[in-house]
Amino acid sequence: MTSELDIFVGNTTLIDEDVYRLWLDGYSVTDAVALRVRSGILEQTGATAAVLQSDTMDHYRTFHMLERLLHIPPSRQALLIERYPGPARPPFLSFVGGYYAFDEAFVREVLGKKLSKGTKKDLDDISTKTGITLKSCRRQFDNFKRVFKVVEEMRGSLVDNIQQHFLLSDRLARDYAAIVFFANNRFETGKKKLQYLSFGDFAFCAELMIQNWTLGAVGEAPIDPDSQMDDMDMDLDKEFLQDLKELKVLVADKDLLDLHKSLVCTALRGKLGVFSEMEANFKNLSRGLVNVAAKLTHNKDVRDLFVDLVEKFVEPCRSDHWPLSDVRFFLNQYSASVHSLDGFRHQALWDRYMGTLRGCLLRLYHD
Amino acid sequence: MPGKLKVKIVAGRHLPVMDRASDLTDAFVEVKFGNTTFKTDVYLKSLNPQWNSEWFKFEVDDEDLQDEPLQITVLDHDTYSANDAIGKVYIDIDPLLYSEAATVISGWFPIYDTIHGIRGEINVVVKVDLFNDLNRFRQSSCGVKFFCTTSIPKCYRAVIIHGFVEELVVNEDPEYQWIDRIRTPRASNEARQRLISLMSGELQRKIGLKVLEMRGNAVVGYLQCFDLEGESGLVVRAIGTACTLDKLSSPAAFLPACNSPSKEMKEIPFNEDPNPNTHSSGPSTPLKNQTYSFSPSKSYSRQSSSSDTDLSLTPKTGMGSGSAGKEGGPFKALLRQQTQSALEQREFPFFTLTAFPPGFLVHVGGVVSARSVKLLDRIHNPDEPETRDAWWAEIRQEIKSHAKALGCHAVVGYSESTSICEEVCILSASGTAAVLNPRFLQDGTVEGCLEQRLEENLSIRCGFCHIPYDELNMPFPAHLTYCYNCRKQKVPDVLFTTIDLPTDATVIGKGCLIQARLCRLKKKAQAEANATAISNLLPFMEYEVHTQLMNKLKLKGMNALFGLRIQITVGENMLMGLASATGVYLAALPTPGGIQIAGKTPNDGSYEQHISHMQKKINDTIAKNKELYEINPPEISEEIIGSPIPEPRQRSRLLRSQSESSDEVTELDLSHGKKDAFVLEIDDTDAMEDVHSLLTDVPPPSGFYSCNTEIMPGINNWTSEIQMFTSVRVIRLSSLNLTNQALNKNFNDLCENLLKSLYFKLRSMIPCCLCHVNFTVSLPEDELIQVTVTAVAITFDKNQALQTTKTPVEKSLQRASTDNEELLQFPLELCSDSLPSHPFPPVKEHLESASSNSGIPAAQRDRCSSWIELIKLKAQTIRRGSIKTTVTVEKASPVGDGNFRNRSAPPCANSTVGVVKMTPLSFIPGAKITKYLGIINMFFIRETTSLREEGGVSGFLHAFIAEVFAMVRAHVAALGGNAVVSYIMKQCVFMENPNKNQAQCLINVSGDAVVFVRESDLEVVSSQQPTTNCQSSCTEGEVTT
Repeated sequence: MTSELDIFVGNTTLIDEDVYRLWLDGYSVTDAVALRVRSGILEQTGATAAVLQSDTMDHYRTFHMLERLLHIPPSRQALLIERYPGPARPPFLSFVGGYYAFDEAFVREVLGKKLSKGTKKDLDDISTKTGITLKSCRRQFDNFKRVFKVVEEMRGSLVDNIQQHFLLSDRLARDYAAIVFFANNRFETGKKKLQYLSFGDFAFCAELMIQNWTLGAVGEAPIDPDSQMDDMDMDLDKEFLQDLKELKVLVADKDLLDLHKSLVCTALRGKLGVFSEMEANFKNLSRGLVNVAAKLTHNKDVRDLFVDLVEKFVEPCRSDHWPLSDVRFFLNQYSASVHSLDGFRHQALWDRYMGTLRGCLLRLYHD
Repeated sequence: MPGKLKVKIVAGRHLPVMDRASDLTDAFVEVKFGNTTFKTDVYLKSLNPQWNSEWFKFEVDDEDLQDEPLQITVLDHDTYSANDAIGKVYIDIDPLLYSEAATVISGWFPIYDTIHGIRGEINVVVKVDLFNDLNRFRQSSCGVKFFCTTSIPKCYRAVIIHGFVEELVVNEDPEYQWIDRIRTPRASNEARQRLISLMSGELQRKIGLKVLEMRGNAVVGYLQCFDLEGESGLVVRAIGTACTLDKLSSPAAFLPACNSPSKEMKEIPFNEDPNPNTHSSGPSTPLKNQTYSFSPSKSYSRQSSSSDTDLSLTPKTGMGSGSAGKEGGPFKALLRQQTQSALEQREFPFFTLTAFPPGFLVHVGGVVSARSVKLLDRIHNPDEPETRDAWWAEIRQEIKSHAKALGCHAVVGYSESTSICEEVCILSASGTAAVLNPRFLQDGTVEGCLEQRLEENLSIRCGFCHIPYDELNMPFPAHLTYCYNCRKQKVPDVLFTTIDLPTDATVIGKGCLIQARLCRLKKKAQAEANATAISNLLPFMEYEVHTQLMNKLKLKGMNALFGLRIQITVGENMLMGLASATGVYLAALPTPGGIQIAGKTPNDGSYEQHISHMQKKINDTIAKNKELYEINPPEISEEIIGSPIPEPRQRSRLLRSQSESSDEVTELDLSHGKKDAFVLEIDDTDAMEDVHSLLTDVPPPSGFYSCNTEIMPGINNWTSEIQMFTSVRVIRLSSLNLTNQALNKNFNDLCENLLKSLYFKLRSMIPCCLCHVNFTVSLPEDELIQVTVTAVAITFDKNQALQTTKTPVEKSLQRASTDNEELLQFPLELCSDSLPSHPFPPVKEHLESASSNSGIPAAQRDRCSSWIELIKLKAQTIRRGSIKTTVTVEKASPVGDGNFRNRSAPPCANSTVGVVKMTPLSFIPGAKITKYLGIINMFFIRETTSLREEGGVSGFLHAFIAEVFAMVRAHVAALGGNAVVSYIMKQCVFMENPNKNQAQCLINVSGDAVVFVRESDLEVVSSQQPTTNCQSSCTEGEVTT
């Protein structure tokens, strides 16, 4: 007696969270059944292995069909809800959410990489390295790519676009915004130096940068939409990057640099545990931060932004064992005292740059 | 020109990409009705076209309006080659043809293609302007309402239940026409879909005409089926129950009902006969004595009349039972008698209903069924489907005579089905023989029934169990006892029925799904030989199915089956029988005896041991089941011995009847000779197998119940969480070991595993009950068995579980009394026992005086008021308990129910907005149906030539069923409904050819589109005074009875 066909179709689609997890993780039906047996479900429910097998198969098929609908152009995803309505909305959203959820380890590997066929070929290696099944890697990669492709051509808030078109939760939409932003700007994140950073760190920075450094951040809606070729939220504000060159004066002009240093030192004397180290390093640090800004006109240097930040700021401070609170004091004072520099005219530009950078650096500064 | 159909094509969305180059589509729409076609403009380069067309107007006969579906085809415009079809939408406009239902059909319909499935959606608005046509020779039957629901729809009242209507139409199956060789599969599928749509419309119209002739205005329990007879054609047939319904809120609409709708349906030709009254003067069946006397002395005397005496099985009924047939000639025809004998004048006094208005069902005789094996031949003239008509007429006649043999004049819960394999066809019909209260069968006799109802109400709750046939001339061997409830009438030891459990029946414990499964191998044969072989096997199968049911019922410790449905399926080399029913313990029937096993060779010691071991296992199982289903028949205390009411026989597990009182003893003992134990003789391995298989049925896991009736007896507190589902399984038998046993085991395992899978899958809903579990077996190929299950899982609140199924009023009162049990020192029997056998003399007196004095003996009201009195009385006598009583009564009142749901409803209500609910039940728990919008009857074909790519057979069928659900929901939503009730998948024919990577599936579904309102949303007229509340409910109950 062999089962030829075995289906269960409900008026509302039942989703077993556990099986869904297994499916998302890329387990085969056989493995999934074995894992479920190990979880003790048979004893709990008094079911037989055959029942479990049938149930797992059925769920896998359902997921597969839902997946196909998830892949159709996002504007048609309403179909999904119509065709396979969940028993209630929240569980359904959690289904989509689950599908778009990703593994931290995986995203760290592809973050900032071009979402292209080339990268896709490397998934094998990533799978071996992270222990995530290839199937799951592919799904996650394809998700990134799908979201990227769709929002690439859209205007308006990146997070909102993602949220609306992919029915994702706010949290997940933010993460995707970061992934898309990184992929678009191709920030280097894979260097050994950067390995200590988590996806969360990068996502945090991405959010700050999206908020402050992109065109959308300026809030000036382009007057002629056709002339505006850049994406509002995905690309950094080119003009802003160009302007950043002006900051160079802070380190190029020796008087200005000395004045800046004395202002910071006066303010921080006695408040900083690592004052002497700071005093000794001030010029180096300041040069590092300003040079990073000045270089951002080149795409290559934009990509290396995080490498530079870590190299020029995080590492020197860390080697002198600055506590985080001191870093905060320093950065606050460092950016604030520029306002007192009479000869410096680019206060607004400085704030836009340092405001974001300060936040990023504080987040990046850890072991 | 009596109707104008107006159609507007608004927009499309999510269309498929038809032009690969641009990734877009140039879509336009053809709207076709009858032979007229309109086209919209081409909307260039869009997947979401906005046509916003003008109103396309079709001026048509109402006859066409009923027959034809509106056909909408979406196409992709192509300048150079033929336009590509994207898909179609068929819209049945029948719901627009009667005033109370939908006024406009407007919404997004999935565009369906038989090869690709759903491809986007189209927004359509449809309206109908109907002109009044008073032409009495008309061919249309606009205005007749159709309901799939097999009970009186919730917001209607049955004024008259006229009776059986049937019709069938035949045609050639397009799939088998010569042209099919040259046309595409798509064209062939569409031809079939269109034809069936057309035939359904025609059928419905013809049935409607019959209803109008009977002066009815609705068909309830409408069941339409397709017989795909292959080469010999396509038969669409339908049965239903004609009624005159009255909408509850608007008593104005009242059709003048004719006294005796005595037309012979069959003989009324639609066109030729201008005078529908030709037969009205036909012979009526006067009866000498129409009173249904239930006085204790003549307990068995009941009229058992029927129109035909061809089988002369007329039981000898005691007195006043003139069973005169038509041939008996006209007696002195008194007017009243004539009206009462309305039933007898019907050719087939059949009712497709399974649930009835209170008081309708007087007695139930038992299940009657008939089958016949026919050889299909080509239908030569589609306009005169005489052969098929004759076949069914034959079967119905047989059913009728069976019913008569049971002393019944009507058949309720009637249904018909077929099973076809090649050129052999098994026609089956079954129902429950019953004696009905003629009050509902014609109008104007309410006062005449008064006296009768007076007597009736004494036994109302157990009345239907009482035997309608003559004790001295029993149609089959049965063991009779005095009713355990009223102790006045005789009841059988077991009762099988095809109907739902009457709401006023007293049930002990809970019910459960009982199935008998059986396979029989059969030699492959051709034509006549095949038919003969099948005919020879049938009786054995029937017998075995019956035995299995009986054994399983006893094993469960229960004594009655409801909703029994026996399906016999014929295949190339085997026959399968599957019987499903819901077992319950009826308080009125005796406790079933156990099962005793007897061996043939008593000398063998080890064998003996084996037998006793087996016996022990069986006894254990029975005990366990009794516990599981909470079957604890009440034990009446000693003090009532010697009371005027005969003492009940103590049949609890340990205590076997020790004391019998009075004169019944001898009689009882005589009839009980071997009753207490059902003896199974184990004389060969077969029998051993049988016993084993009995014990292998695993009860559902705890927290689960299942039944195939509408609701589970013994559970009342449903929550609003429902999950309807369809599950299909196909297994392939290995052809090597095809023995009957192996086959039986395979089949049994298939069904058991399927149930287990369902329990497992729905475990998150515990505590819940699978209701309306409907199994369908088919044998698509030599070694394939296909089982399709449709059911609904409903969760219930465990904490408030009640033991009895009662009307709301009783429920509340019951709950009240249960709540007050301690406080008022009520004995438990008061609540669980029914009133008539109530041991408290004061109460009984009170009841009697109430009923005789008031002269309004509606049993419900009686019970109700007396209960209120009783509670009041008790409350007053016991200290200050009265205040507390009031409070609890209020809590338990319907208002309280509403409050209770308030708690659980809001999250559900919010979360399910937009999703059209689907349920096979006739109601939605926790909600009130406010409007019926018309029937949904849809037929779809889906075919694929890329089976593997679509996920294999499972993926293909899964997607198809999901699409069918989506289309049903869309059509219901377009009608303005938010649920479909009485949903049923009548057919699911699946054919595959994996070698060619092909598969085809046909699905036919139907149901009633409705609008429901959550009870929590309804503003409940909350009454602060519990007694008023109850009383108002009582009055209401009175009106509806």
